[in-house]
Amino acid sequence: MGKADRMSAIATSGAQQPTASAASDTIVSFRGVQKTYDGESLVVKNLNLEIRRGEFLTMLGPSGSGKTTSLMMLAGFEVPTHGEILFDGQSLRNTPPHKRNIGMVFQNYALFPHMTVEENVAFPLSVRRVPKHEQKDLARKALAMVKLEGKESRHPGQLSGGQQQRVALARALVFQPKLVLMDEPLGALDKQLREHMQIEIKHIHERLGVTIVYVTHDQSEALTMSDRIAVFNDGIIQQLDSPTGLYETPQNSFVAHFIGENNILNGEVTAVDGAFCKVRLNGGHEVTARAINIKGVGSRTSLSFRPEKVHIEGISADHPNQLPARVEETIYHGDHVRVRMTVAGSEGFTVKMRFRASRPIPVPGEEMAVAFAAEDCLALDPV
Amino acid sequence: MTVPASASAVPAPAGSAQHNDSPAALKQKLRRAERVRKLRAMGLIAPLFFFLLITFVVPILDMMRRSVHDTELSTVWPTVTAAMDSWKDRGNVPDEAVFAALAKDLRAAGETKTLAVAARRLNYAVDNGRSLVFGTARRLPVDATNWKETLIGIEPRWGQVATWNAINQASGPLTTFYLLAALDREKLADGSIVKAPEQSSIYVDILERTFTVSLSVTLLCLVLGFPVAYLLATLPAKHANILMILVLLPFWTSLLVRTAAWVVLLQEQGLVNELLLALGIIEKPIRMIYNRIGVYIAMTHILLPFMILPLYSVMKGIKPHFMRAATSLGATPTEAFVRVYLPMTLPGIGAGALLTFILALGYYITPALVGGAADQMISFFIAFYTSDTVNWGMASALGAVLLVATLVLYSLYNRLVGISNMRLG
Ligand SMILES: Nc1ncnc2c1ncn2[C@@H]1O[C@H](COP(=O)(O)OP(=O)(O)O)[C@@H](O)[C@H]1O
Ligand SMILES: [Mg+2]
Repeated sequence: MGKADRMSAIATSGAQQPTASAASDTIVSFRGVQKTYDGESLVVKNLNLEIRRGEFLTMLGPSGSGKTTSLMMLAGFEVPTHGEILFDGQSLRNTPPHKRNIGMVFQNYALFPHMTVEENVAFPLSVRRVPKHEQKDLARKALAMVKLEGKESRHPGQLSGGQQQRVALARALVFQPKLVLMDEPLGALDKQLREHMQIEIKHIHERLGVTIVYVTHDQSEALTMSDRIAVFNDGIIQQLDSPTGLYETPQNSFVAHFIGENNILNGEVTAVDGAFCKVRLNGGHEVTARAINIKGVGSRTSLSFRPEKVHIEGISADHPNQLPARVEETIYHGDHVRVRMTVAGSEGFTVKMRFRASRPIPVPGEEMAVAFAAEDCLALDPV
Repeated sequence: MTVPASASAVPAPAGSAQHNDSPAALKQKLRRAERVRKLRAMGLIAPLFFFLLITFVVPILDMMRRSVHDTELSTVWPTVTAAMDSWKDRGNVPDEAVFAALAKDLRAAGETKTLAVAARRLNYAVDNGRSLVFGTARRLPVDATNWKETLIGIEPRWGQVATWNAINQASGPLTTFYLLAALDREKLADGSIVKAPEQSSIYVDILERTFTVSLSVTLLCLVLGFPVAYLLATLPAKHANILMILVLLPFWTSLLVRTAAWVVLLQEQGLVNELLLALGIIEKPIRMIYNRIGVYIAMTHILLPFMILPLYSVMKGIKPHFMRAATSLGATPTEAFVRVYLPMTLPGIGAGALLTFILALGYYITPALVGGAADQMISFFIAFYTSDTVNWGMASALGAVLLVATLVLYSLYNRLVGISNMRLG
């Protein structure tokens, strides 16, 4: 890479458009990748994933679901037990980590404590034998990008957690990798700083047009930052979709439960009619739901509801999807009120109600009805 | 417009009044609280403090004192050492009064059987001082009118200025004799300091040898210990524990046993030589014991754990993600090791090297058992002077020189590496 290239890539603020050709649209593909550490249980089971050039892809899942392992195989620190990973169409099997040219940001920053901030950021350039003065230039530009001007000669230990994370970010970006991996990079920061950094990383991604693969167990972080999210559980991708796709149409109960808030009512499918189906709840009531993940008439299903999509006021008597409910508890949250209720005999059902001073908050023990549109009630696999 | 004076003195709200302490009062409160805390802390360390004071500080101070304190002669020959003050003309032997004092002390010492003490002390400073003292005492007449002539008649050396200079310098109570001797120097009658004669100049060589051996052993320990510590820190716990036991095993056997084992292994008909012979690597047995090789092997073996443990504790703290970060940034494994790992182990290298080196400086038993005459270190001579010849002055002076040299080295090291950068565990 020429000097001018390197400099302009960091200096320009406009997004770099990936060269659009069908073949190079994919930067990384996992093909049937499996991984076991102990030879007994698969930590990653048959991973197939195409990562698009320039996208912000998040691997989201509970702890132990195999996200880090997948990332480490891509970085080259773990070897797949089976399957293949392609980078730019080339198999990575025989490429050692230091030749992969993939930037990486670790959760605990991994800044070298014996080097100054500038030396840390210049490290990838110095191992690439970039001339000294150019190293300094590029390192300073990268530090300016993460708003750390004037901290060049500090040591990492003298910086706050947020500042250290910025240095790690600058260091992973300074050598212009096409792909940057981040493993829970904000996990050690407090909530406010974390939200601030999420936006900043997002902006840097937009400016540089670099592909980012981001690992987190925090669903709100994933929703905020990603173009696409791969939800991991038990070493399997449960769903790969955009944030709205995941939230609005989760494909199974795990995803519905893991992303956002979720209420569940169990029942049995009594009829299927195209995209919709009829479900008889355990209490005997019947409702219409979207048929998303059901096995046909007679099978068990779990209905999934978002708390903000269930109404408890102004319900007309002939509303097709309504269920009897009893208020258990109300919690005032300022802009809204959470009403915990028993719905159709099932406890722990939460409804979010916009708060208006003119309207009384339901009182515990009050009997009322809840109603919802058939599109907002998803019939998923039984839990 | 006038404002009533009282208006500015609005009383503070009742609630804040009691917290409204002046800075001075606050400081005093803090001091009181701190004092209690300090007293408690001091109470906790007091037993150790007194223990160390009695077993460590006092003996060292006493040793330093003995290296410059010299009352051996003045306790057994009080009259003549006191009379030395009247000896003004240092170019000639003293006058009759001093000789009379000498005769009196010789007789008194003969009766109290302390002649040997005087003889030994004079022997350090005068060639054949022992025979001078005993010879004169044996032929000392009961009375004499002119002691000067009588004594010179018995022993012509009483007529030499050098003899009297030696007595003068040995009269105490303070002397530079031992310290100078420990540095192969001596003080002439005129007060000038010169190099001691060849045959008695051995201590500078020994000091040099002590430092050479210690430094070599430290380097050997570092070279051998570093990979072991690395392995210990990176192996899975199950294997690391076994290796750790092997490392610590030497601690559980007596130093003497280990050293003796080396004698058995390294001798000319020993296991090592026979193995090398059997493998055809050597043609005839090589000498590995009672020489420098033996000292290096045995001392390195014994001191190795002191290098490995601090290194291990530092390496244990270096998480693998540092090396991973370096490789992901494009460094080859070698580069990552040299530029990232190695610098991070420096505190351990520093601690281990200092510990090993200072322990090696004081080594005594091992060189004594597996080394030859030319491999004895300074502690050997300190032990020799304390137990064999009971020359406390010389033993203390050598100890003081060793202590000072160690302290100088330590401060040099501190300047270069920084003690705060060092980690022992
Ligand atoms: N180096 C390793 N050796 C053995 N087991 C491991 C190793 N790394 C991870 N595992 C196991 O693999 C599973 C997945 O771990 P990981 O990929 O770190 O999950 P995540 O990052 O999603 O939390 C966990 O059960 C973990 O215990
Ligand atoms: Mg992880």
